Amino acid sequence: MTATTSDIDLIEKISGAFKKTADAKDNHRREALATFQKIGLPNSKTEEYRFAPITRALEKNFDFDKTGSSSDINSIEKFLIPNLDASVIVFLNGIYSKTLSKIVSPESELRISNLKLSIENGESTPYFQKYLANSADVFSALNSAFWQDGIFIQVPANTKVEKPLMILHINDAENSQSIGHTRLLVVLQEGSELTLIERSASVGANAIFHSFAEEIIVKEKATLDYIKIQNDEGKLHQVANSIIHQSNESKLSTFTLTMNGSLIRNNFNIAIDGEKCESHFYGLYLLNGNTIADNHTVVDHIKPNSHSNELYKGVMDGNSKGVFNGKIFVRPHAQKTNAFQSNRNILLTDTSTINTKPQLEIWADDVKCSHGCTTGQLDEEALFYLRSRGISHEEAKAMLLYAFAAETLEPIKNHELKSYLDDLISGRLNKF
Amino acid sequence: MLTVKNLRAKIGEKQILNGIDLQVNAGEVHAIMGPNGSGKSTLASVLAGREDYEVTEGNVQFLGKDLLELEPDKRACEGIFLAFQYPVEIPGVSTVNFMKTALNKIREYRGMSPLDAVAFLQLMKEKMKLVEIDQSLLSRSLNEGFSGGEKKRNEIFQMAMLEPKLAILDETDSGLDIDALRIVANGVNKLRSKNNATILVTHYQRLLEYIVPDFVHVLYKGRIVKSGGKELALELEAKGYDWIKNELAIA
Amino acid sequence: MTKDNQVLEDITSKEYEHGWATDLEADESPKGLSEDTVRFISSRKQEPEWLLEWRLKAYRNWLKMTEPKWPNVKYPKINYQDIIYYSAPKKKTGPSSLDEVDPELIKTFEKLGISLTEQKRLSGIAVDAVIDSVSVATTFKEKLGELGIIFCSFSEAVREHPELIKKYLGSVVPMNDNYFAALNSAVFSDGSFCYIPKGVRCPMELSTYFRINAANTGQFERTLIVAEEGSYVSYLEGCTAPMRDENQLHAAVVELYAMKDAEIKYSTVQNWYPGDKNGKGGIYNFVTKRGLCAGDHSKISWTQVETGSAITWKYPSCVLKGDYSMGEFYSVAVTNNYQQADTGTKMTHIGKNTRSRIVSKGISAGKSQNSYRGQVHIMKRATNSRNFSQCDSLLMGDQCGAHTFPYIDVENNTAKVEHEATTSKIGEDQIFYCLQRGIDEEAAVALIVNGYAKEVLNQLPMEFAVEAQKLLALTLEGSVG
Repeated sequence: MTATTSDIDLIEKISGAFKKTADAKDNHRREALATFQKIGLPNSKTEEYRFAPITRALEKNFDFDKTGSSSDINSIEKFLIPNLDASVIVFLNGIYSKTLSKIVSPESELRISNLKLSIENGESTPYFQKYLANSADVFSALNSAFWQDGIFIQVPANTKVEKPLMILHINDAENSQSIGHTRLLVVLQEGSELTLIERSASVGANAIFHSFAEEIIVKEKATLDYIKIQNDEGKLHQVANSIIHQSNESKLSTFTLTMNGSLIRNNFNIAIDGEKCESHFYGLYLLNGNTIADNHTVVDHIKPNSHSNELYKGVMDGNSKGVFNGKIFVRPHAQKTNAFQSNRNILLTDTSTINTKPQLEIWADDVKCSHGCTTGQLDEEALFYLRSRGISHEEAKAMLLYAFAAETLEPIKNHELKSYLDDLISGRLNKF
Repeated sequence: MLTVKNLRAKIGEKQILNGIDLQVNAGEVHAIMGPNGSGKSTLASVLAGREDYEVTEGNVQFLGKDLLELEPDKRACEGIFLAFQYPVEIPGVSTVNFMKTALNKIREYRGMSPLDAVAFLQLMKEKMKLVEIDQSLLSRSLNEGFSGGEKKRNEIFQMAMLEPKLAILDETDSGLDIDALRIVANGVNKLRSKNNATILVTHYQRLLEYIVPDFVHVLYKGRIVKSGGKELALELEAKGYDWIKNELAIA
Repeated sequence: MTKDNQVLEDITSKEYEHGWATDLEADESPKGLSEDTVRFISSRKQEPEWLLEWRLKAYRNWLKMTEPKWPNVKYPKINYQDIIYYSAPKKKTGPSSLDEVDPELIKTFEKLGISLTEQKRLSGIAVDAVIDSVSVATTFKEKLGELGIIFCSFSEAVREHPELIKKYLGSVVPMNDNYFAALNSAVFSDGSFCYIPKGVRCPMELSTYFRINAANTGQFERTLIVAEEGSYVSYLEGCTAPMRDENQLHAAVVELYAMKDAEIKYSTVQNWYPGDKNGKGGIYNFVTKRGLCAGDHSKISWTQVETGSAITWKYPSCVLKGDYSMGEFYSVAVTNNYQQADTGTKMTHIGKNTRSRIVSKGISAGKSQNSYRGQVHIMKRATNSRNFSQCDSLLMGDQCGAHTFPYIDVENNTAKVEHEATTSKIGEDQIFYCLQRGIDEEAAVALIVNGYAKEVLNQLPMEFAVEAQKLLALTLEGSVG
């Protein structure tokens, strides 16, 4: 691939910044940097980043020579989910904050340790970077070279974590730009259960860049509910590489809500590496302003007899741009796979766009796979019906949009969480 | 025509037929009755050659040939016809096209020249009347979007077209209303002759009011436990299958 | 007469009675590609200066381009200097009678119902059969000429109708559109030209039968169809090539130009030699096909049945520029053994109220890989545009792959785009049902596959549909059981 001159400049700048980091001598990190340099930053011709102009945004908005942004935040009250009794882990500009975090679950249910320490003492060695390769994505490599902080979460075998765990990423760009690189490693041992909420929130008017590398391992018969809330006021540019690895008879349910920010890119992969697994893979993007949200998802059926169901929906307002790219792989021998994928979109303005690419790649014959994808408007017929019952045009529109969006909340079991998300969605859709 | 001796068959590890003996001669109609799970449909499927079932013992002679040695399509060519309990849908393939292919394959097997379009159409028109089936139905994709009754009528239409020596009707009466039942039964009766034979597999006596059998066999736990004339069916209807079960328990 | 009754008619595959065959020249250029090769071709064809310049410009563009890497196909690097770009079969090099031809090939021809004369031609035997076709073409040419329809070889069109060629050549597929289109623009040997004047409905199907004859040669034909306001034409294209051990390159360009209210229907049955059971030999089919719905209410419809070629790289597309214009793409692509196909379409909606419809049926068997790749692009100005796409894959066996890559890009909020895709296999219960009626397994598979592809086959003219059905069955022979 031929990089443009400015790409090369930026790669040099970033490499220069690497030398100043505390772990610049670490061999793994140096290898990761080399991988980053080798892959290079994406440009408009890079197929996987065709609609996410991240390189341009990085060039324009960030000074990679400067690092470390200060924060005056000392209360997380406004970032919490009302009435939800949960453990909370807080990262402030990519750094774990002990004072703001609060774990309510007993250690017998939930074991949380510093990721760097767990690597040093070998505790996380069997899992760390096992499924998320540096070469998977240029920002995965970037994160591996730069990550500042991270946590290692374990749920012991046959244990149900009664209260949800929320990880709160606060990007504070009040005083200056904020650049963060965070890592997450989660292991659900055999037969365990966890509800994991990951919320990103931004404050301040300066530019924010945050990269995530998240590895989640769901072992035999374990159950994970994973909810990502990306509702960042502010100039957030984010690339998250997340992979969930599933073993036999595990159950997974995910929901990703994307609402604000400048450019949000999610590379979300599920590797179904076990038989009789169940995976529900849901997402909703409600965009306005100039937000670009790009969801790249992969459901990889490696073993036979599993079932996956993916539903991503989007409503685009203003000048926003929605991107969906969903891949389903059914590997040779993954017979009796059932894989379904659906992507539905509504464009509300003539300056909003959607680029969608649902892909199926099948190498096994005894499978049931389908995908469907639509782009359109609200059903005129339904709109008229509501109006004929005395509902105003605006209200009718909001009702229908809400009905369209709310379907994606289906897999969420926690009541407080669901009602919070519900409020978030209906609040936004009434504004449309 | 058909001689079944000590036929035993299983699906997976499950033994279903436990030694069936049956003799069917030309011109006869046999009814095979029995409670759910007794092995009625298995017997029909094994005779037609469905590969899901494994024959573990016994033999079946059909017109002097070892039936179990023949591939399913060769059995059809020899003159065995199975009216399916659940006829499958084949999108994009019309019944007309399907029948033309089948008929000419069977004719080829018997050393006959294929029917030309005109002769085939004529034959089709004639047989359509027999089962009161509409041409428009036959032009549609095979069984796709057909009602239960339409599917069953289509089976009998196909039977009429292929003129089998031995027809096996697997629960053809299930899911039919009284009018459809009458039409199907009329079709079967019109096709009866001294040269062919019919095996009716059914749960209820109802069908036998329309198609009168020469013999009735009761199948239970994979064996024929009672055989008799058409009165046996009435007795079963009156007393229920528990009667047989109890009788066996006593014995 | 109903469709089904038509099927009942025992139609044997007819010869292309309205056909006309590309006339291959009798001498050849030296191996390799350079400006001299381009000049050689142009001078042999006694082309005007402007066309030579056009070719050279394309060649210079090509030099700067790189082969596309994005298709989901793998093949060894093509040595463009090892190809003869201008050639004809050398007399006496082929077998002298059918006895010397591979009996397997003869069997194939017999199954297809291809006549003996045609068999000889396809086997690469030097017989003077081309004359027949030329005379056939001539007969119809007169009749067509009365209506003002021009239907002739590309070379002839350059000589007889230079103003039309100059105007439309490269107007839909620019010379530098892509790597293979640029290559074709530089070295195209011949092809067909068709012009339908205003308001004329072409009374018969026009057809061209392409074949690659000589070894080591590439084939680079060009087709250009111009339909003036309110006209209609249905065009058929058949392709066959003899069996050869080495791979051969076929890089054609087809341009369709439809004015206001005009309709062009373009059907292809592609049966280039796919290589043997072990993947040896076969044609590389890298083709650029595009239609421009230039005028309001114009319509372009592509139908393709792709059974041949070792590698297929082909995306017949529609640029829907005129308001209310309509594009259609119906495709059946079958791959078996080691074949690879990456095919689909591109519907670019520019005008208002434009509509497009995509029906793609892929069938993979053996160790083959079959990909659908298609783009639906609704541009900003294309208000009230509609697209519906249905892309189905059928897998036969667990050694093959089926892939679907739809790209849907919508920039207008009044558009409605729907895409559906499914993957399935032939049900064991369907096979058993057929067996029970006396239909053997091979015939059952053919029947079911043809049923699966029916929506596409229905789009083909009658005699082509029959040939296509036979081809499907033939291609999949031995892929079950």
